[in-house]
Amino acid sequence: MADCFNIKDLDLYYGDFKALKKVNMDIEENKITAFIGPSGCGKSTLLRSLNRMNDLIEGCRIEGSIKLFSEDIYGKDMDVTLLRKRVGMAFQKPNLFPMSVYDNVAYGPRTHGIKGRYELDEIVETSLRNAAIWDEVKDRLKKSALGLSGGQQQRLCIARALAVNPEVILLDEPTSALDPISTGKIEELLMTLVNKYSIIIVTHNMQQATRISDNTAFFLQGEVVEYSNTEKLFSMPENKKTEDYITGRFG
Amino acid sequence: MTIKKNKIKEKIFAILTWGAGILSIVVLLYIIGFILYKGVPYIKPSLFSLKYTSENVSLMPALISTIIMTLMSLLIAIPFGVFSAVFLTEYAKSGNRFVKIVRVTTETLSGIPSIVYGLFGMLFFVTFLNWGFSILSGAVTLAIMILPLIMRSSEEALSAVPDVFREGSFGLGAGKLRTVFKIVLPAAAPGIFAGIILAVGRVVGETAALIYTSGTVAQIPDSPFASARTLAVHMYSLSGEGLHMGEGYATAVVLLVLVIGINALSAFVAKRIGGYGKDK
Ligand SMILES: Nc1ncnc2c1ncn2[C@@H]1O[C@H](COP(=O)(O)OP(=O)(O)OP(=O)(O)O)[C@@H](O)[C@H]1O
Ligand SMILES: [Mg+2]
Repeated sequence: MADCFNIKDLDLYYGDFKALKKVNMDIEENKITAFIGPSGCGKSTLLRSLNRMNDLIEGCRIEGSIKLFSEDIYGKDMDVTLLRKRVGMAFQKPNLFPMSVYDNVAYGPRTHGIKGRYELDEIVETSLRNAAIWDEVKDRLKKSALGLSGGQQQRLCIARALAVNPEVILLDEPTSALDPISTGKIEELLMTLVNKYSIIIVTHNMQQATRISDNTAFFLQGEVVEYSNTEKLFSMPENKKTEDYITGRFG
Repeated sequence: MTIKKNKIKEKIFAILTWGAGILSIVVLLYIIGFILYKGVPYIKPSLFSLKYTSENVSLMPALISTIIMTLMSLLIAIPFGVFSAVFLTEYAKSGNRFVKIVRVTTETLSGIPSIVYGLFGMLFFVTFLNWGFSILSGAVTLAIMILPLIMRSSEEALSAVPDVFREGSFGLGAGKLRTVFKIVLPAAAPGIFAGIILAVGRVVGETAALIYTSGTVAQIPDSPFASARTLAVHMYSLSGEGLHMGEGYATAVVLLVLVIGINALSAFVAKRIGGYGKDK
C-alpha cells in the first residue's frame, strides 16, 4: 500500500514557539488516520501544514519536508491552489458560506475554472450524494445553506470539499459540535469515503478513533509519541505516556 | 429602611429616564410639527417647476442638484473608501506602521468641522485647480468629507466577517482576490451599504462645505463645472434673503421627508447586518 503523505523531520514554529518537534510520519493511502492527544499538543497544526493553511498565519515557518505522493508540498514548483484542491479540508465548526446550498458546493469547482451549467449540476449532485446529504437538500438547493442543522451543515462542508475532487481529506474535529446521531452519520460517511479518498481526522473522542480509524498517532507537546495501527495502539501501547492517555490517567 | 430608600431611588431614576425620553420626543415632534405647519401651506405645484425665478423660488433645480451632488460624491468616495478598507483589513499586515497612520488620519478627518472642508475645497479645487464654484468642486470636497465615514463603516463590516469564511475559501484553493470578491465583500455588503446611506445623509444635509465650493446658483447645472445649490443650501439662501420664508419652510419639509426616507432605509439595512453567520 502506497503512502499519501511522507512527513520527514518536520519542525514548525509560530514565531519563537516551536509547535511541532521532529515529526516523522508516513500516512497510508485510502486509510483513515486519526490524530489524538491533549489540547494544544499540535494536532491541528500538523493537519493544517498538510495543505499549507499555515501559510496564512503570520510568523509561522517550517523546517523539514512533507511529501504528497512523493512531491514536496513546500517545494518551489508547488502551486498552493492546486495543493488545496488535492488536499481538501473540513473544519471543527461548519463554515458554509452565506449563499445557497448549490453555490456552496459549486464554489470550489468554479474556483478551478469549471463554468458549464450541466457539468456543475452534475458535480454538485454527485458530491452531495457522496456526502450522503442529497436526499435532505435536493429540494432546497437554491435556498441558503445556513438554514440547515449543524450536522447537515457539516456534511455539506464535506460535500463542498469533495466537489473539487481531492485525493486527501483533512478533518479537524468534525463532530465535536454535533449530537451523537449526526456524529454517527458522519462516521458512517467517512467509512464509505475512505474507499476513494485518504482521510486524516483530528479527534478528541477516543471511541471515535477506535471505531473508524485504521492508524492512530498520539501527540504530546508537539511530538508524535506513538504512531501505529489503531487496534494495536489502543490495546498494546508501547509508550507509557500513550497508555496513561488512553486509559484516562492523564491531565 | 435601606430597601425603602432603594425603592425611592429607583422610582426617582425611573421618572428621570422617562422624563428625558419624553422630553426629547416632544422637542423632536415640536420641531417637525413647526416645520410642517409653516411649510406645508407653501407646497404648491409651482414650487416644483423646472425653472427658478426670483418670483417663483422653485426648489426643483435644487432637488435635482442634490441628487447629482450625492451621486457624484458617492461615485468618488465609494471606490476609494471601500477599497482602502479592503486593503486595511485583508491585505495589510496587522501592526503595520502605514495602517496605523491611515487609521489616525481617518479618525482625525472624521472629526473636522465641515466648514474646514469647505475652505480647503475653495482654496484647492475652486482656486488652485481653477474649477470655479462648481458642482464638481462641491462633490469632490464632499467626497473627501464622507471618505472617513465610508472607510470606517466598510472596515468594521469587513472585519466582522468571520475568519472561518476566509479559511473555507482558501481551503478550497481560492486565491486572495476571489476570496475577497466572492466571499468577504458580499458578506460585508449590508454593513458597507449602511455606511453609504449615512454618508448620503451627510451630503444631503451639508451646507457649510458647499457654499464655498459649489456656490449658490439656483438653476439646474448643465455641466460639472456649473455652480449649483443643493436643497440644504437653497434653504439657507432663502432664509438668508428673508423674502421667501414660506418657501424656505416648504423646502425644509421636502428635505425632512428625504432625510426620514434615508434613515428608514438605513434602519432597514442595519437590521439585516449580521444576517450572515445566523440563520437565513
Ligand atoms: N496561530 C498561532 N499562533 C501562535 N501559536 C499558535 C497558533 N496556533 C496554535 N498555536 C500554538 O501551537 C500549539 C499547538 O496548537 P494546535 O492548535 O495545533 O493544538 P491542538 O492539538 O489542535 O489542540 P486542540 O485539541 O485544542 O485543538 C498550542 O500551544 C497553540 O497555543
Ligand atoms: Mg485543534
